[in-house]
Amino acid sequence: MFEFSSIEQYHAQLLKGSTTCLQAVEHYLQGIEATKHLNAFIEIYADEAIHQAKELDAKRKSGKQPGKLHGVVVGLKDVICYKGHKVSAASAILNNFTSLYSATAVERLIAEEAIIIGNLNCDEFAMGSTNENSAYGKVLNALDETRVPGGSSGGSAVAVQANLCMVSLGSDTGGSVRQPADFCGIIGLKPTYGRISRYGLIAYASSFDQIGIFGNTVADVSLLLEIMAGADEFDSTVSKHEVPAYSKQLKTSKKFRFAYFNEALNHSGIDKEIAEAIKKRIDELKNEGHTVQAVEFDLLDYIVPAYYVLTTAEASSNLSRFDGVKYGYRTKHPGVELTEFYKQSRSAGFGKEVKRRIMLGTFVLSAGYFDAYFTRAQKVRQLLKDKTELVFSQFDFILLPTSPVTAFKAVEKMGDPIAMYLADIYTVMANLVGIPAISLPLFSHSNGMPFGLQVMANAFDEVSLLQVSDTLMT
Amino acid sequence: MEVNDEMVDKLAHLSRLKFDDTEKAEIKNDLQQMIAFVEKLNELNLDGIEPLLHMSPEINVLREDEIKGSISREEALKNAPLHNEQFFMVPKVIKK
Repeated sequence: MFEFSSIEQYHAQLLKGSTTCLQAVEHYLQGIEATKHLNAFIEIYADEAIHQAKELDAKRKSGKQPGKLHGVVVGLKDVICYKGHKVSAASAILNNFTSLYSATAVERLIAEEAIIIGNLNCDEFAMGSTNENSAYGKVLNALDETRVPGGSSGGSAVAVQANLCMVSLGSDTGGSVRQPADFCGIIGLKPTYGRISRYGLIAYASSFDQIGIFGNTVADVSLLLEIMAGADEFDSTVSKHEVPAYSKQLKTSKKFRFAYFNEALNHSGIDKEIAEAIKKRIDELKNEGHTVQAVEFDLLDYIVPAYYVLTTAEASSNLSRFDGVKYGYRTKHPGVELTEFYKQSRSAGFGKEVKRRIMLGTFVLSAGYFDAYFTRAQKVRQLLKDKTELVFSQFDFILLPTSPVTAFKAVEKMGDPIAMYLADIYTVMANLVGIPAISLPLFSHSNGMPFGLQVMANAFDEVSLLQVSDTLMT
Repeated sequence: MEVNDEMVDKLAHLSRLKFDDTEKAEIKNDLQQMIAFVEKLNELNLDGIEPLLHMSPEINVLREDEIKGSISREEALKNAPLHNEQFFMVPKVIKK
């Protein structure tokens, strides 16, 4: 019986000969088959994965130096391109689209001998917090199937939660990796904006989007980050900052300086138990010799509105490429003129939430409203960035809840977009400012569901962020 | 800000989207709510603050202007719902 605890242990077992890549792959394929009703996977690359596992086993036994991700079984959110495989952003408009190239992140995983086992369900174009907005149907939380797994990277979170792969990739525009990680009781990391190339990631809001990582251990997440991060000639917004060997420098006895916001922990929308658990952890950190201080932060209620103005604007622009001509769904009505043809193709192809956001984005960008809404939100973004930088001039980290509530029941909030958007209140800040943030599964609620602590660090300080995560998790 | 039918029609046209009457009533209501929600930003005093335009700290990312292969015509046409040997097909746009 194959059992996975960490990549390091798995590699030790492979070298010792007590397991093989093939055994690992077969174990996951059986698990995926047995949990099909969770709807985490869209497509499973069974034959390919078995073939790769056999090749890797043969290669290792021949004495060749194994790659850093030798035989590591990975799942990809359905917004990340993998050459020769379908990708659709869980949208009917991209039904039957096959990637012509692989995302840089995927290329780098494969170069280190990772095995891609399948692509994972998500909210359409990564827009949603429940994974209920998918052309493939909703994903179930494996801990309580009446509850949502969170979103938008719900399938990626459940795949790791339910042991259907070792690690998975998601994308995080406003919390889409951290929030499902929180709801599913695993680790979810959103790196600094520009840390990992976005080449081959289907765009939602380009100045917010970042590929993120789900895993069970800080070491596994760190290893994936160091392999995927860094300069890429196909993405001019990616950072050229040198990539440290994060996974090699996790251990530290450093005392850190943490800031937290009373406004966040005393917010009207937060579950009392979540607030109490985090306050208690804050006291423990003090007792462990760290500096922990409350910092005033009066912008909390403005960050979600600013986020929705800017992301919908970018989405309305990014999604204009879906025209029914070059790829994707094309209206079947014959004889319509071109503008009507675009309208029919797009209206039939996009789902409801996507259309809502395109409409709002078009509004904030339209003549007469641009300055009052779009430019104003860009100024709020600058203000928020300045205030955050001020906090980081005195502190190493900001502590926040990941979500104000634990995983909610399916369909609980679907009718009310604003209530849904407010559930992102603690996660969107990191995307507005571009800083790295992680959700760590430290707590469990009396309702039986897990929840996390969110830690944010200064831009490109993933080294400290992962060090403190390792400390907090042990 | 009052969202009326005329505005919904205009935004739908700009977005190249269509809504039937039921959908239109719904999207009108949603837009009204969403716009009221983002108008919270009007409470802030933003005098003297410049809009943040670029997230990437990278500036002047330059490369040599070399010819490199990208994808072949066959590959580019592969995902198109309607095409011939050379071109994507659209409804006829030139009228007699």
